Amino acid sequence: MRRIISVLMENEAGALARVTGLFAQRGYNIESLSVAPTDDQTLSRLTLTTIGEDRVIEQITKQLNKLVEVVKVIDLTEGNHIEREIMMIKVRATGATREEVKRTADIFRGQIIDVTPSTYTIQLTGTGDKLTAFIEAISIATIMEVVRSGVSGIARGEKTLAL
Amino acid sequence: MTANTPEMLSGGEMLIRAIAEHGTEYVYGYPGGAVLHIYDAIHKQDKVKHVLVRHEQAATHMADAYARATGKAGVVLVTSGPGATNAVTGIATAFMDSIPMVVITGQVMSHLIGEDAFQETDMMGISRPIVKHNMSVRRAEDIPMAVARAFYIAESGRPGPVVVDIPKDMTAPNEKFPYVFPKDVSMRSYNPVQKGHTGQIKKAAKALLAARRPIIYAGGGVISDHASEELTKLARTLGCPVTNTLMGLGAFPGTDKQFVGMLGMHGSYEANQTMHNADVILAVGARFDDRVTNNVKKFCPNATIVHIDIDPASISKTVSAHIPIVGPCKSVLTEMIEIVEKSASKIDQEALALWWKQIDEWRQKHGGRYRKDDSEKLKPQQVIEAAWRQTKGDAFVTSDVGQHQMFAAQYYKFNKPNRWINSGGLGTMGFGLPAAMGVKLNFPEEEVICVTGEGSIQMNIQELSTCSQYGLGVKILNLNNGYLGMVKQWQDMNYESRYSQSYMDSLPDFIALAEAYGHIGIRITKPEELEEKLAEAFSYKDRLVFIDVLVEPKEHVYPMQVPMGAMNDMFLSKTERT
Repeated sequence: MRRIISVLMENEAGALARVTGLFAQRGYNIESLSVAPTDDQTLSRLTLTTIGEDRVIEQITKQLNKLVEVVKVIDLTEGNHIEREIMMIKVRATGATREEVKRTADIFRGQIIDVTPSTYTIQLTGTGDKLTAFIEAISIATIMEVVRSGVSGIARGEKTLAL
Repeated sequence: MTANTPEMLSGGEMLIRAIAEHGTEYVYGYPGGAVLHIYDAIHKQDKVKHVLVRHEQAATHMADAYARATGKAGVVLVTSGPGATNAVTGIATAFMDSIPMVVITGQVMSHLIGEDAFQETDMMGISRPIVKHNMSVRRAEDIPMAVARAFYIAESGRPGPVVVDIPKDMTAPNEKFPYVFPKDVSMRSYNPVQKGHTGQIKKAAKALLAARRPIIYAGGGVISDHASEELTKLARTLGCPVTNTLMGLGAFPGTDKQFVGMLGMHGSYEANQTMHNADVILAVGARFDDRVTNNVKKFCPNATIVHIDIDPASISKTVSAHIPIVGPCKSVLTEMIEIVEKSASKIDQEALALWWKQIDEWRQKHGGRYRKDDSEKLKPQQVIEAAWRQTKGDAFVTSDVGQHQMFAAQYYKFNKPNRWINSGGLGTMGFGLPAAMGVKLNFPEEEVICVTGEGSIQMNIQELSTCSQYGLGVKILNLNNGYLGMVKQWQDMNYESRYSQSYMDSLPDFIALAEAYGHIGIRITKPEELEEKLAEAFSYKDRLVFIDVLVEPKEHVYPMQVPMGAMNDMFLSKTERT
């Protein structure tokens, strides 16, 4: 099952390598990973998506918690949560497809953030599924480049992952 | 200088001062370019003594063995590059067995890092998967805190090695800083659990008291948490059988009638049978290693599993626990004893008597025997038994890895914790001699035996020189069968006795070799001279004696679990299996 795991950790050199090293070393799989400092500059927030059986996920959260620089770990998929990912996609937009690309972007509530006579660059935000669906829909045009941020997530309601 | 003015020290001096302040007497190491400032600081003081090994791997094993014998972190000091990489095997050895150790590695000057400088290696990257934690010092004034935290992390929670990587410029002698040893080492991201969950402990006690066929399965965690006394008390209160893992030997007295022996791949017949047929298993500080469980799908099918461990990640990793308890063995066991003693319900004595009757039958059937009559030569098992008699079962015994290790584990009955010192998890050949040295240096009055083989001993034999330098009177018991015995055994069993690279010809004359280093060498070739010559060896109190015992090369270690089978599927000899 797909899981979104959020990690609050010390914003220190090497901390990220410990997390990725752990996944590589123990054969866990990482679908996506995003990391940046929080409002508190001494802390980083890392979100990763992974796929595995419950047993493996349990080991992943336990092993992450063992890392000395990790402050807290939660599996967001255990409760109500919001996930978002940002994607920028550059497509060939000439002739008849130019209008079709614009229409498809509108349907997905994407924004065109860069224009040339022959290309559009579209920004799209949403769940991973939505972004994947958009990539399929936009295949009417030639996709030149895709960049996705990886998933970020946050729990709904009062629940927080903070100190 | 007034009491309130901190002393001004260089980074190198602060490092050594902080190590001394933690109470460390010995640092094991080897000098080199990146640590020369530190070595100069060592030279100028007398609180910390340095032990010069002949290869950095030996330094790590010495520090490791000190930690295994005492529970306190051993300290290693090596230079950058090859000094650090030579220490890697020893760090990994300590990591796999959860042994506290602080390893100071030199690093090239800060401004050279990343430029492929002379003797530069990314020790942070190399050591990351085999340490509990590692840290790189960026500012010299952080050194006291780095040292204090390294000890704290290494020794608390589930212990393990910590590497502190220090660029050379951080230890420069002419840059002085006010030295203060930090009193508070707390970290917001690291809070090892101090106590188990009382509700879970009650639940576990209830399950144990309702058991009809209970067993306690105790591992290295009991030893590292000094919880042997509590374990023994609980076992006595319950009256149940106890088995120890390879790492747990001595946690429960080896000659006690409640002890059924070691369990696992080369565990005793009765221990593996008792485990397999148990209805409640209390696992304490053990991690259901693959060398214990055999095929996890067939593991102890009828048992309710209670698992006490300080590390939550060890619980339900390979075998699911029905009643998990995260906490230090000592405090959890203490609480459990209290609950069991106060409980109105008692264990069913009739059921327990039947259980013991069954266990005794297993003991009668195949317990702890080897054939003495099928060879003219000395059996390795009888050599261990003789050493046990000669030392009254009270020696520190270190071992290398292979058949001799299993024979030592099976036939030297340890009645005290911290006395059996071996590389369990990583299985590091070359561990035995430096380990024995680390113990002997710290316990000079005690008998220290290194049980080894002619393969393993040659992996760190250069340390005979270190033994001369420091007068380390260890006794090396070399079970010499002329083969890499365990490899040969597997080749006999699985490869139709094709001895691919397991035969060692051109062995040195170990007696002459020992003598060349200034030690005593004794060779034993015949069963009838065993006791007398061993007694002679042990009579040289302060001398290193290399006892080269020529043993039967055909001998296999039994029992041996059948691969992919249940715990109680075992080969019992070359011709019998369960």
